Amino acid sequence: MSTAEAPDEDRRDFLYIATGAVGAVGAAALAVPLIDQMNPSASVLALASIEVDLSPIEEGQSITVKWRGNPVIIRHRTAKEIEEAKAVNVADLPDQDARNANVADGSAATDENRVVDGKTQYLVQMGVCTHLGCVPIGNEGEYDGWFCPCHGSHYDTSGRIRKGPAPENLPVPEYQYLSDTKIKIG
Amino acid sequence: MSGHSTYNPTNPVMKWLDDRLPLPRLMYDSFVSYPVPRNLNYWYTFGGILMIMMVSQIITGIILVMHYTPHVDMAFDSVEHIRRNVNFGNVLQKWHAVGASFFFIAVYIHIARGMYYGSYKAPREILWMLGVAIFLVMMATGFMGYVLPWGQMSFWGAKVITNLFSAVPFFGEAIVTWLWGGFSVDNATLQRFFSLHYLLPFVLVGVVILHVWALHVTGQGNPTGVEVKSGQDTIAFTPFATVKDAFALSVFFIVFTAFVFYAPDYLGHSINYEEANPLVTPEHIVPEWYYLPFYAILRAVPDKLLGVVAMFGSIMIWFILPWLDTSKVRSAAYRPIFKQLFWLLMIDFFILGVVGANPPEGWWITVGQIATVYYFAHFLILLPLVGLLETPRPLPSSISDAVLAKNASKQPAAQPAE
Repeated sequence: MSTAEAPDEDRRDFLYIATGAVGAVGAAALAVPLIDQMNPSASVLALASIEVDLSPIEEGQSITVKWRGNPVIIRHRTAKEIEEAKAVNVADLPDQDARNANVADGSAATDENRVVDGKTQYLVQMGVCTHLGCVPIGNEGEYDGWFCPCHGSHYDTSGRIRKGPAPENLPVPEYQYLSDTKIKIG
Repeated sequence: MSGHSTYNPTNPVMKWLDDRLPLPRLMYDSFVSYPVPRNLNYWYTFGGILMIMMVSQIITGIILVMHYTPHVDMAFDSVEHIRRNVNFGNVLQKWHAVGASFFFIAVYIHIARGMYYGSYKAPREILWMLGVAIFLVMMATGFMGYVLPWGQMSFWGAKVITNLFSAVPFFGEAIVTWLWGGFSVDNATLQRFFSLHYLLPFVLVGVVILHVWALHVTGQGNPTGVEVKSGQDTIAFTPFATVKDAFALSVFFIVFTAFVFYAPDYLGHSINYEEANPLVTPEHIVPEWYYLPFYAILRAVPDKLLGVVAMFGSIMIWFILPWLDTSKVRSAAYRPIFKQLFWLLMIDFFILGVVGANPPEGWWITVGQIATVYYFAHFLILLPLVGLLETPRPLPSSISDAVLAKNASKQPAAQPAE
């Protein structure tokens, strides 16, 4: 009796494990569509780029445009603001990464790395606080830049985080100049 | 369910049914003959009140869905349509919205009752933990429901709260995009919140059934914290507890309906009568009042990830409360030091609520940080220590003794007044 049962038990263990494994793979495969359906749909992804004319923006003015459902702030900075942004020592910043989709990852958060060379007066950045996503208010805060009313984050004139709970600088979206005064975001 | 069943149907149909599916027997044993401690006070009526509030929210919610449109272009208008055009929609919408607030008022009282009388202690740990789970489901449901009217506070509340998940290391951004179904809170977000807001109340019903089941396994606690020892200590649920619960419910509903009819928007925010605008954040974003203490804890920590951890931790800590409290005595009535700590915690929680309602500036930040530290110190340091150091007052030998002693001391004092 017992001699005949021993190999059987091995066989059963194998069958149990094999069945369980196939079932687990099947359940995982089933979970993929159920979970992935919540990711952005094709129609949301299609709304990927917009064009903006910068010429009507006077020095010291900002405009807000909507891109992918989020506000993008475009500011025509004054000479004083650019001066202030350049005077900052990168080593003193809470976030030393430029957070600019147009420069290499990990570039230093200098003002030069936040704007396009030769167009330093135009700062283009997401108006989405890196803390919890509120829209920061312009010309406010202790650094002449932006101030987020939700949880008190202060950004400077280059959109870099200086004080408050936000962990990162305001991100600069991917954009390029189509002509001297026209940009394409996305 | 202590003791064996006393259900004895005389009607032949009920007898026939009892032999096949003894559901009436279960109901009779659970809600009629069920013995409850004879010394339950009015703080113990909030479980019943919560049950009614849950049913009330589900009924009004199902009705509102008949008239509401979950789409970014129409949601705001459809809520106004309910309030202005739908027959009795005016009352039903307010009943649901104010009902959420009163659901939370009742649950906070119910939780505080549990903390005061040590209801979480052995053998009621699972009962307590199921209660914490219920509270979490309630918070998720309330949050998603608040997004549906698609006002400014709905939108920005949703954006801030979903953004909490961006604090998760490595996967944060991906999780948030997945939650939103886009790059911002938008139509996809509204529709999934609507779906889940309809689902979660039924999950809630399921957990509540487990909660009541666990309650009926261990039996109810009571203000003395002494377990039921004999039939002398108990009375039948019906009519005694039923009537007491019904009276408390009536008083609760007087206050509730007074708000529904005379101050339906008092507990909300006027800015939510402005339609959601993804480009403009309101001057001052605050969640509904019932989330304020936890919101204050979030903001007290100057680091994004740690702030989120502290906020969730402040509720998760309740799960291990049965093991943090080292005292063998349940009720605060017999624990002089713990009783004071309990009220300090209540004051601390209230202060956190006030801090949460105010902008994170100046000394509000300091007050919020002190209150947050005290909140965690209460659970992690004071509670374990006081259980070891405190000398509790002598416990009565039984519930009956406690009741009789109380009445005996009252009797002579009451006499001259009559």
